[in-house]
Order: sequence, then C-alpha cells, then structure tokens
Amino acid sequence: MADLSVNIAGIDFKNPVSTASGCFGYGEEFRDFYDLGLLGGIFVKAVTGSNRDGNKYPRMAETASGMLNSVGLQNKGVDHFCKHIYPKIKDFDTQIIVNVSGSTIAEYVEVASRINELDSIPAIELNISCPNVKEGGMAFGVVPSTATEVTRAVRDVYKKVLMVKLSPNVTSITDMAKAVVDGGADVLTLINTLLGMAVNAETQRPVISTVTGGLSGPAIKPVALRMVWQVFKAVKVPIVGLGGIMNATDAIEFILAGSSVIQVGTANFIDPMVAPKIVEGINEYLDRHNIASVRDIIGALKVS
Amino acid sequence: MRKFEHDFTVVGNTRLNLRHFVLELLAPMPLPEIRPGQFVQALVLNSPATFLRRPFSIHFADYERNTLSLLIQVKGEGSRHLGLLKPGDSLNLVYPLGNSFSDPSNGNVLLVGGGAGVAPLMFMGDYLNRKNIRPDFLVGFRSADEVSQIDEYSKYGKVFLSTDDGSMGEKGFVTQHSVFDQSPLPYDRIYCCGPDAMMHAIARLAATKKTACEVSLENFMACGYGVCLCCITPTDQGNERVCVEGPVFDTTKLKW
Repeated sequence: MADLSVNIAGIDFKNPVSTASGCFGYGEEFRDFYDLGLLGGIFVKAVTGSNRDGNKYPRMAETASGMLNSVGLQNKGVDHFCKHIYPKIKDFDTQIIVNVSGSTIAEYVEVASRINELDSIPAIELNISCPNVKEGGMAFGVVPSTATEVTRAVRDVYKKVLMVKLSPNVTSITDMAKAVVDGGADVLTLINTLLGMAVNAETQRPVISTVTGGLSGPAIKPVALRMVWQVFKAVKVPIVGLGGIMNATDAIEFILAGSSVIQVGTANFIDPMVAPKIVEGINEYLDRHNIASVRDIIGALKVS
Repeated sequence: MRKFEHDFTVVGNTRLNLRHFVLELLAPMPLPEIRPGQFVQALVLNSPATFLRRPFSIHFADYERNTLSLLIQVKGEGSRHLGLLKPGDSLNLVYPLGNSFSDPSNGNVLLVGGGAGVAPLMFMGDYLNRKNIRPDFLVGFRSADEVSQIDEYSKYGKVFLSTDDGSMGEKGFVTQHSVFDQSPLPYDRIYCCGPDAMMHAIARLAATKKTACEVSLENFMACGYGVCLCCITPTDQGNERVCVEGPVFDTTKLKW
C-alpha cells in the first residue's frame, strides 16, 4: 500500500482524489452509494449570495466524448447553505471545500466572509470561471487585472486557504495564474469548462436554452493537461487539476503534469462509484511502479 | 435510500414490434425494494456517440426471478445498441432511482400510457393488484402494428385502447377516448406516463374533471441521482430535479 496522502497549503488530504464542484451536489447524494470517507476531499456545489433558480431547461447536451451544460449556478444562497446544508455535511470524514461564486465583487466578498465563519471548512474555491451566468462568473476570470482584483478583495476577508478556479477560455492560462497568485491565491484549480455550443440540425435550433454552455468530459482532457503543465512550470503554488478524468490512469496523468490533488467531475455522472475506484487505481499504479508515495510523482513528467 | 451500480445479465430480449423491445435483466444480488415509477440508468457500451447513461423506467420487477424488465423504444444510437443485446450479455445499471407513484386512497384508478410511456404501468398494475386494487388501463399507440402486451395488462385490470389511426381500439389520442366522456369521471386518481404533449393534455383534462393526476416526466438527464441539476422542471417549489423529486409529480405542483 503506497502512501496516498498529500498536503496542500497546510490542508491534509488522505488521498489526492476529490470531487469537482457542480458534479457531486453537497456529497449527500453519494452517501447512497459509498462511504464519503474514502475520498480525499469534496468541492461542494457553488454557493452565491442569494437564491438562484439557474437557467431554463434544457440545460444539457450530450456531445462527442463529453457534454455541455448550462445549469447557471442554481443554489439556495449562502444563508441557506450555512443554516441548512453545512450542519449536515460538516462531519463528513473528508475535506469539505466550498465553491464560491457571485455576480459582483461585493457578492464574492459577502459569501467568502460568511464561509470564513464555518469551522469545518478549511478552504474556499473561488469560481471566477463559470461560463453559464450573464453577470460575473467567467467575466472575472478572463482578464488578468479583474481576476487579481476579485482575488485580492476576497483575500482581505477570507483568512483560511484561498483556492481560485481558472477558466480555460483565455489566451494565456499562465498570465491568469500569475494574476490570481498576485491577488493572494494559495492554490489554483484548473480547468473549468470550455465554452461550447451544440446545434440540432433537424430543428435548426440550439440544443440548450442558453445557446452556449460549458464543455466537460474526456473531450477536454488534452487541453486541461496542457494548461496544468504550463501553470505548474509558471507558478509556485499547488495545483488542483481536473478536466475529463474518467479513471486512475487519467488521474495519474494530471498528477505527473503537476497536480497535487485531482478532481473528478463529469465522470461522477456516468459511474457513481468512479472516485473510490480511482483511489484504488492510483494505489495499484504506485505499487506496480514501486513508488512509495504519490507525492513523488507530482509534476514528475519526464520531458527530456 | 441505498442505490447500487451493478452488472446485470441479460436473460431475455423480446421484440414487441419494429420500434420496441423488452430486456429482462437478472440481478447479481437480491433486488432491493423497488417501487413503480422508479427508473434505472443503463450504461451503453461500444457506442461512441453515447457518452452518458440512458434512463429507463422500470417496466417490471420480478422478485421471484430476481429480474428487472425495461421496455425500450429505439430512438437513437444508445437504444439501438441495447436492442442488440443477447441473453448472457451484461448491462451495467445504476438503480433504483427517483420517487414513485403515490399509493391511491381507494380502488378507483386509471393508468394512462402512450407509446414507450406505457413502461411503468405494468409494474404499477402488479403493485396495485397486490394491494387488492384492479385499475383500469388506457393505452394509446400509433397504429395496430405497435399495439402490444394487451393480454398482460388485462391480467391486472380492464384495458381501454386507442390508436392514432384507428386501426385498433378507438381512433385518436388517449385524451379523445370515450372513457373521458363520463361525468363525473369514475376515478379518484389518474397516473400517466407518455409523450410530453400527452401528459400535458391528460393533466388539463384531469384538472377540468377535478380528478387528482400524477405524471412521470422524462427530461434529459446526465446523472440520474440529483447532482448535475440538468433535468429540472419548474414547480411550485422552484426548479426541482426530475431524477430525485420526480420523475413522478402531482400535476397541480408543476409549472411546466
């Protein structure tokens, strides 16, 4: 049995496998399938300042090796989260990290300062990369100066570990990474979904109500790996990597490219048991290669 | 409620007609309690165009044979591949998912289905019979060559039939069937599953007849267990998940 534990920015993860925000609810739904203590961490569904109904149905299109979604941050707001959801999830035997989103800098700051008061939440993941809302979301994550500004504003009120989730819909992912590190980010999560579109030729209409949406699944894995590798070389902070991870081999690839922790997103929709299977698979890989600790292969890609 | 992800073994693949077939699937362990209206998510292998699972309502749960049956309409690549499965092949299911039809308060019940939407009605008929209720069925098909399983439905209750072209039973949609000419309707509750337009029409009809009505929705979904938030439908509680708060909804709650 290899040592699967990793520590990023002072937070201990029992293994590098976590689940991506928006793909795992608040964790509770998966308790019908397995013990959540098997996971390194859970990044829970985005929380905003107030209730959001999200976008109109249809919100999803199946695409080649992936899917488009335009859920639009449906959630009941930070007050509801603190009062009704946090008490149910705070004692899960895994790291619980809250994804924070908003339409304005003030909203990000408000949500972050409320989550700061929750003892069992060691970190937030600032979502400046959601492509499916009209205001805010990705708008904060595609211009470096704006990304720095929102990160710094949250940094001022949020005293624990600040992770920032980057959008791939940019010209230079390393410029964005540097910008949020300048703003005070402790950890970078990448990538969020790629902006995409699906058309129904028969009806001559877009498939989803918002016309465009976020592409996820194995279709985006090569893009995500490339961005993780570029960012790993450009900045010193730890990376949480995701984008199309379907199995342990994919997870190993992200770790080799520089991820300390990986997130499993869309794969949870196809196999509810996939995350614990990836934990087992990483262990099996390390044993097979006689590697004592998963920490030994973080960013260990052999390029020469 | 505990949910499972298991490989089932195909023990039967029966063609009903050109577009519909029934898969009977043997569970690898004793079936958990399953209620009519619940569904499964099936993983389609060897079909590159089919990335996500495919949801199917449970057509029948046979606890003696330890099998689940799915009634499937060939619509696209996923269902076409499932139609090719042979006895001995395996099919991975996530189950049991969603809520179920409510228990009726008395025995005056009408089950309405159209096309592949008849799928959960057989299971519901069996369930009601075990509660000593014999429901009436009203089933609609496009034409006589798609009419199937009438003998099976008849085991559980009286069957009214309509076809769009009038080639069998009454001509027209189920909503035009003479069973609805009765006033007041001799039913306390209608359970309905079928195409969206049909469920809307039945819901309107039930409202004018002041009869309680439940429909089983069939929205596009990714996960099937409440985390992707893709299959939502607007209700009096805001956007609710068809896969968890549904698929069965009381039509007075829906704002569809």
